[in-house]
Amino acid sequence: MIVAEQKPFAEIAGFVADCNKILVAGCLGCVAVCLAGGEKETEILAAALRMHRRLQGKPLETVTYTATRQCDPEYVDAMADLVKDVDAVVSLACGVGVQYIAERYPDKWVVPALNTRFAGGSVAQGVWEERCGLCGECILHKTGGICPIIRCSKSLLNGPCGGSQYGKCEISKDVPCAWQLIYDRMKALGRLEWLLEYQPPKDWSKSRDGGPRKAVREDATI
Amino acid sequence: MNLTTESRLEKLLKRGEFVVTAEIGPPQHASAHEIVHHARLLKGYVDATNITDCQTAVVRLSSFAAAVHILREGLEPIMQMTCRDRNRIAMQSDLLGAYSLGIRNLLCLTGDHQSFGNHPTAKNVHDLDSIQLINMVKRMRDDRVFACGEPIKEHEPRFFIGAAANPFADPFEFRVVRLEKKINAGAQFIQTQCIFDLERFSRFMEMVVERGLHERAYILAGLTPIKSIGAARYMQKNVPGMIVPEELVQRLRKAKDDGKNVADEGVDICVEFINKVRKIKGVAGVHIMAIAWEEIVPTIVQKAGLYPRPKAD
Repeated sequence: MIVAEQKPFAEIAGFVADCNKILVAGCLGCVAVCLAGGEKETEILAAALRMHRRLQGKPLETVTYTATRQCDPEYVDAMADLVKDVDAVVSLACGVGVQYIAERYPDKWVVPALNTRFAGGSVAQGVWEERCGLCGECILHKTGGICPIIRCSKSLLNGPCGGSQYGKCEISKDVPCAWQLIYDRMKALGRLEWLLEYQPPKDWSKSRDGGPRKAVREDATI
Repeated sequence: MNLTTESRLEKLLKRGEFVVTAEIGPPQHASAHEIVHHARLLKGYVDATNITDCQTAVVRLSSFAAAVHILREGLEPIMQMTCRDRNRIAMQSDLLGAYSLGIRNLLCLTGDHQSFGNHPTAKNVHDLDSIQLINMVKRMRDDRVFACGEPIKEHEPRFFIGAAANPFADPFEFRVVRLEKKINAGAQFIQTQCIFDLERFSRFMEMVVERGLHERAYILAGLTPIKSIGAARYMQKNVPGMIVPEELVQRLRKAKDDGKNVADEGVDICVEFINKVRKIKGVAGVHIMAIAWEEIVPTIVQKAGLYPRPKAD
């Protein structure tokens, strides 16, 4: 899932400082699972903004709505009546949701309440970690199911750099070296010889560098 | 003699000379004054000199420009190039430029992570990794093609290709495998991380010899004279991928307690290590990395009995 976390409250309050009425829009997708932008977080943020503005002597009116998914036009359409008479929409979705609302309501001021962090998952209660670099050309079959693109701090494809020591990455003693993990796993699987194979330069045009990417399923289009 | 390049270093290695290389770290300003000063000090004492490429991710005068400065002083540069700051377009462009200015040796490196340096919020590149860089440089030379496969119609850059090896990083057993990958990709000479743990280096070299890698590339043992107890402690605790045995620190401490100069003791240790690594099978030379202490290199070379240096012609 996409993992996000809420921006500092003062930053969000600053985005809507000149507004009198806002829509605070949550999302029941990934951001609800990572406790950043679900129904509960949406109501809490709206209440906090109202309190903050009341204390400033400049009350703020809020309406709230939590979409099933903000990354789906159907659910973004459904908030049209609420969007109509507000000065701004504060979206608690990932960057995709914020953009979907902005595209659907071109004359409306739409601001993000979250920082979209990464594609990852939960590793413990309240802790999430990045797992996928969204590079567009998966190589996990070559690396024992561990992604060097995102888990190696230098995205190396041909083994660990000279900074890998005692199983840790050179950037921090808290970060495991992805290539140590890959080595250990390939060794356990009896496939170490795979790591001797030269991996050629990656085609980064399939990644972020190629501009916005598009996926089309012909059989699903109308 | 069958040489792949015009590199003087390649010629000496091929002839079987035990070579000596050193390192000059460019300054954090726009004057070549110190580079020229160090080049003049090292001239005659080393066979070639590495020029670091923004080491520890600190902005410095470029390795490319510094290499040209020392070339003008009559020293042979080994230009270092990391994968941290340039994509394959910039790298190839710099390679063409560097070759056109007379640079003949290239050391291909991954590069320290930007979080160590003075621009920790910079975006790193790593379009290629060091092994892919090695292979690109080799293909430019031997296949006369750019990374994209398009031909270099004339005047291909012909670099003597170097790579680094760190016997002190982990996973230890994989280090020799990675060295073999580098050699397979095109590395012709190897400079190792600073050796303070001789036992581990010896084990590494045994594996190198076992795989016959010493016959496919020239291996230069990396050595660093320690100037102070503080520097030893710093490398022991804070530099990832380095092993500084406690007994080495204790030896420096004892020297200090005995009223000796710690830096002199550091030089003596370095010279002892040179004499020891020379006896290890597969070691083709030494690479002296006197970090921010370039002026000590001539003393070390003399004390190790490696002066004068052989003539190339």
